[in-house]
Amino acid sequence: MRPTAPLILAATLTAAVGLTACGGGSGSDPDTVKVAYNRSTDNKIRFKDNHLAEVKKQFEKAHPGKKVKLIPIQAQDNDYATKVQQMMRSPKTAPDLVYEDTFRINSDIKAGYLRPLDDYLATWKSWDQFVDTAKAAAKAEDGKTYGVPDGTDTRGLWFNKEIFAKAGLPADWAPKNWDDVLDAARTIKKKVPGVIPLNVYTGKAPGETSVMQGFEMLLYGTGDAGAHPLYDPKAKKWVTGGKGFQDALTFLRTVYSEKLGPDISDALDPNVGTTVYSEWLPEGKLAIALDGSWLGQNWLKTGGKPWPEWSRTLGLAAMPTQHGQAPGKVSMSGGWTWAISAKSKNPDLAWKFIEQLQTKDNAVTWDVVDAQIAVRKDVARDPEYTSSMPGITFFTSLVTYTHYRPTTPVYPQVSTAIGEATEAATTGDSSPEKAAASYDDQLKSIADGATVAAGRG
Amino acid sequence: MTTATKVAAAPTVTPAPPGPRRGRLLRWLPLAPATAMLLLFLGGPIVYCVYIAFTDMQLTGASTTDFVGLDNFRRAFGDEDFRNAVVLTLVFTLLSSLVGQNTLGLGLAALMQRASAPVRTLTGSIVIAAWVVPEIVAGFLLYAFFRREGTLNALLDWLGLPSQNWLYTLPILAVSFANVWRGTAFSMLIYSAALSEIPKEITEAAQVDGAGGLRRFWHITLPMIRRSIGTNLMLNTLQTLSVFGLIWAMTRGGPGNRSQTLPVFMYDQAFNKSLIGYGTAVALLLLLVGALFSVVYLRLMREEV
Repeated sequence: MRPTAPLILAATLTAAVGLTACGGGSGSDPDTVKVAYNRSTDNKIRFKDNHLAEVKKQFEKAHPGKKVKLIPIQAQDNDYATKVQQMMRSPKTAPDLVYEDTFRINSDIKAGYLRPLDDYLATWKSWDQFVDTAKAAAKAEDGKTYGVPDGTDTRGLWFNKEIFAKAGLPADWAPKNWDDVLDAARTIKKKVPGVIPLNVYTGKAPGETSVMQGFEMLLYGTGDAGAHPLYDPKAKKWVTGGKGFQDALTFLRTVYSEKLGPDISDALDPNVGTTVYSEWLPEGKLAIALDGSWLGQNWLKTGGKPWPEWSRTLGLAAMPTQHGQAPGKVSMSGGWTWAISAKSKNPDLAWKFIEQLQTKDNAVTWDVVDAQIAVRKDVARDPEYTSSMPGITFFTSLVTYTHYRPTTPVYPQVSTAIGEATEAATTGDSSPEKAAASYDDQLKSIADGATVAAGRG
Repeated sequence: MTTATKVAAAPTVTPAPPGPRRGRLLRWLPLAPATAMLLLFLGGPIVYCVYIAFTDMQLTGASTTDFVGLDNFRRAFGDEDFRNAVVLTLVFTLLSSLVGQNTLGLGLAALMQRASAPVRTLTGSIVIAAWVVPEIVAGFLLYAFFRREGTLNALLDWLGLPSQNWLYTLPILAVSFANVWRGTAFSMLIYSAALSEIPKEITEAAQVDGAGGLRRFWHITLPMIRRSIGTNLMLNTLQTLSVFGLIWAMTRGGPGNRSQTLPVFMYDQAFNKSLIGYGTAVALLLLLVGALFSVVYLRLMREEV
């Protein structure tokens, strides 16, 4: 036994040394930019992949010897964020460039995952072309800017004119308040059985989709003009669920309890967003959809569900405020930005890739292929953009009425709490009052007590 | 590497009088690599996990991590959703592991003992196939089976019975059934082995004495395989307590939180709500529940027949 013991010890030692070595060795290559982005869960949709591949080609040609490594992450938005956040925690896995949703970026800034871009922006001429709201989208509480937005979006009502004709509703439908929307849905339910009258996203599974496209489109239409129903930026406090909050939940409850919406289990399916544009709308199974400006992209000839003649069937209307109070219409805006990871070892090269992404031509191409609403003045004027798709003028006009979500680090947690409230109210597990009260409890714990009652904002 | 050998070898070659202590040390030596690996890869994460459970670490939204003492645990016990998750976990474990997998596995094993060889092979391979299928695949298969347009409702329609939206109306039952479907093979294998160990003479003797099938099963078979029952219950329960992928694929803990067992709750808190610290504390509590079950089973098994 004795002669073998040293051998075993030695083997253990070498194994241990070997393991530590492979743990620490994988540094990043100074000539490669690693770009992490979310890939659509719909396998037919590869706009972003194709666009990035094209820009990668341009970049590698313009910078000989440099390489771009694209890291697609195919997942739902929530899962994508979790994955990227975990990658950014360690210098070994951190990508150089990250595609960040504006609603999450403040949270990631606070966590120290991202690097301020002010030094680069100061000398970048194209930055002047960005509209002010877009410049502010990725500006943190410390006054520094952490991301370059590449487009935004607005939201409104898409409705099927053929179903409307059968139900005796006008083709130039323009609801003035919530009751108009509900009445139209009730008429359709009665006169055109078999179709889903109205889809409003709700519940936890669709994630931010149900919170922003669904609930907030309602909530921001409950108050007076200029009110902040979620977060009071002056007092720096979160607003607890007041009457408006409950009214928005009641609207959801009405839609689902009167069966004006899709079957609840379909509504709570995480993939309901895909079902809406790939099946329900093109197949004429859904009359009214409260949805985003980008739907048309899926119906391009190159899209996931080609339906180029959609504009003959579908009409567009702005989402009205609750009682039609000024300004009468409501929309929400979000958008994504390109940000540089704090642990990136090649921030300069990463910035050069952002510049390449944002050459005017690439910016126009991106906004067109991805059906984004332009955030750059030069892009918004470009004829290729303005003529890119039916409806683009309508959705660009909504920018006047649009609201942005609170840009505070805890918003994603608040969003999750809202998702739970909508699910509880939709399924009828809780009354709207009880769901709002339980939202208040969660809000107090998330905001550390920094809340204010609704109505004073 | 050579230097490492020399340095490492130095203490062992120094001559010392062989004593009982030294002998024990040497006997432990072959186990050293395994122990080191266990400490490194099993012990390390557990210690780190215990540490995180006492902090307010977040995945996003905070750059600092502070020690917060027992806050996470206090929060868990005051959290209605946590209590809901504990109850659902117990229901899930009781239904799918104790009642479902265990009883069904024993039943199958007993039936298969009497079956002819071809039937035995066929049944065995079908049941084991369910077990071999990866968890996430099983999850999607059963999602397809239970969903509103799924196989189960198609069958019910064909039989003229009212169909149900199973994943919505009875989610905890649906996921429990899924776990039974998947885990029964394991129990069946253990019990098949145990049953074949029972000497034929004893059963035959009982038969001669006039004991019927049920009595023989109750008075002879069960007492003789009780150790296997204990082992099987323990393994099943621990495995069921930590089922995550199956439930996540089928319902994501929903609708509402009607199928949110502890592992799903833990994931939701840690990764959807970014509260790594709280999620880890819940993980520790789950470990505690598992430990409690194990202690009970171990005590049951220790008693002599």
